[in-house]
Amino acid sequence: MADPMKIRANAVGDSTEVKVLMSHEMETGQRKDAQGKVIPAWFIQNVHVTHNDKVVLAAQWGTAVSKNPFMSFKFKGGAKGDKVKITWVDNHNDTRTDEATIA
Amino acid sequence: MPRTIRRIVAGIAAAAVFGGVVATALADSTADEIAKYRDALQDGNPAELWEARGEDMWKTPRGPKHVSFASCDLGLGAGVVKGAYAQLPRYFADAGRVMDLETRLLWCMTEQQGYTRADATKNVFGNGSAKRSDFEALAAYVTSQSQGVKMNVPLDEPHVHEMYALGEKMFFYRGGTHDFACATCHGEDGKRIRLQDLPNLTKVEGAQKAYTTWPAYRVSQGELRTFQWRLNDCFRQQRFPELVFGSDASIALTAYLAGRANGAEFQGPAIKR
Amino acid sequence: MHRMNIVRALAGAVLLATSAFGMLYGCASAPAGHAVDDRAAAMMKSSFKAHGQATLDRLDQDETQRLCSEYAGRALPQPVVERIEKANLATIHFPADGKLVGDWKSGEKIAQSGRGFQYSDDPKQAAGANCYACHQLSPKELSYGTIGPSLYQFGKRRGYTDETRRYAWQKVYNAQAFSACSNMPRFGHHHILTDEQIRDVVALLVDPASPLNQ
Repeated sequence: MADPMKIRANAVGDSTEVKVLMSHEMETGQRKDAQGKVIPAWFIQNVHVTHNDKVVLAAQWGTAVSKNPFMSFKFKGGAKGDKVKITWVDNHNDTRTDEATIA
Repeated sequence: MPRTIRRIVAGIAAAAVFGGVVATALADSTADEIAKYRDALQDGNPAELWEARGEDMWKTPRGPKHVSFASCDLGLGAGVVKGAYAQLPRYFADAGRVMDLETRLLWCMTEQQGYTRADATKNVFGNGSAKRSDFEALAAYVTSQSQGVKMNVPLDEPHVHEMYALGEKMFFYRGGTHDFACATCHGEDGKRIRLQDLPNLTKVEGAQKAYTTWPAYRVSQGELRTFQWRLNDCFRQQRFPELVFGSDASIALTAYLAGRANGAEFQGPAIKR
Repeated sequence: MHRMNIVRALAGAVLLATSAFGMLYGCASAPAGHAVDDRAAAMMKSSFKAHGQATLDRLDQDETQRLCSEYAGRALPQPVVERIEKANLATIHFPADGKLVGDWKSGEKIAQSGRGFQYSDDPKQAAGANCYACHQLSPKELSYGTIGPSLYQFGKRRGYTDETRRYAWQKVYNAQAFSACSNMPRFGHHHILTDEQIRDVVALLVDPASPLNQ
């Protein structure tokens, strides 16, 4: 099971600001190891964020996103105490979901 | 003074000031841009992922003796983490030596948790998610609990004082194929290697700025790196043989640099390129 | 031998006295004297392990390294300066065919390369001199260090003469022949670069066609 994400969600006016740090190697598939063999691509392909079961962000990532990605975004709505759920899926079909409460 | 002459004089004066300003501005703009990049990186420091793992590790019973770090005394009492890093290295009577954070963690692993030294030091510097270092995770957690605390290495304690003096000598020890010492790169103000600014560690301000920002998430490494790593990697680049993890020289140099940082607020874990 | 031990013991006793004094009055200054130098050197040696091409003998200091370590942070007395420069000048030798200038294009590659002699380096690959780590050279290269002075227009400023070519060779071969305790590695004396490579670096510095002299 992949490492948990670190999520911070804060109500700012009529919006919610979310910052999430994900733990992932994000290998591009271009790098070679010390023996000259290509290190296989391994990266997050899909991210989606829900608030009260409504999708507020859907992202498709590629190899340009770096290791241990950090994402910061805002969505309209959300109140203190609400839950924000974030899920990522990578090209190995590994997945991780974490939840945070809006502060 | 007639208007035209005044205009000419004003023009010359402006050109002189402008010329000087442009020259400095060009030199500063690279440094400014790098500073802006650093600021942008502060948010979402991946070091937090190591801190979370380290906190878990600190609290979980482990090793052949199934003991957590709750019994590990970093100098402020068994299991006390808050402010502990800011007073390291220090002398530990139970071990009979001066220890930095990593040597003390290693001591707790072997003496309390029952690991052999070989097992505990199998992977001291991590390399990807498949090869992780317990020390790096623990260091991230422990040092995060000294954020904002003023460095207070006990330099008056005789053993620490001795290590400080030895570390100072080592700082200036020239050797290897390239005659490099730490001081070769870190002994003068305002120098840089390629475009990487170098702190002058022989001055208190330099030591304070440098020491209080390790450990750090090194973006180029994709890893959280500690001061033991920093020393090890410096010596590699100095063309020296390999610095042994937790060796006397590593502790002496740490005592010297941490001691010179006394009074400065600890800021780690930080993020660096 | 016996007398040296007595001298060492006395030095040790003096050191203990001074360090006790130092302890009473705080840690304002570290104890001085040869005893700390020797113990520091011993501690260094026991704290390293051989790794690949980086063997433990690299920690053995020659006289230049030892003196420069001893006087680090203080002004070098003139007799020490002369001793070091004389000893290092004596190590310089010139190629048998007398040809001091090679190809500046290769010289630029050598100046750009930071590889060589680290235990992470492949000993079969040629080492670089890593000039740009410390110096400005060709004005086209913006990523340069400032540990050493700018070498821009090295040849142009000094004149394209035999004297300049000879000085450039000597300086790259052993910089401490001219500047005791210089931070610059002794590229020829420590066999970091081959004669062929030094010729190419010299060309980068003194060839009128070199980008450095434009």
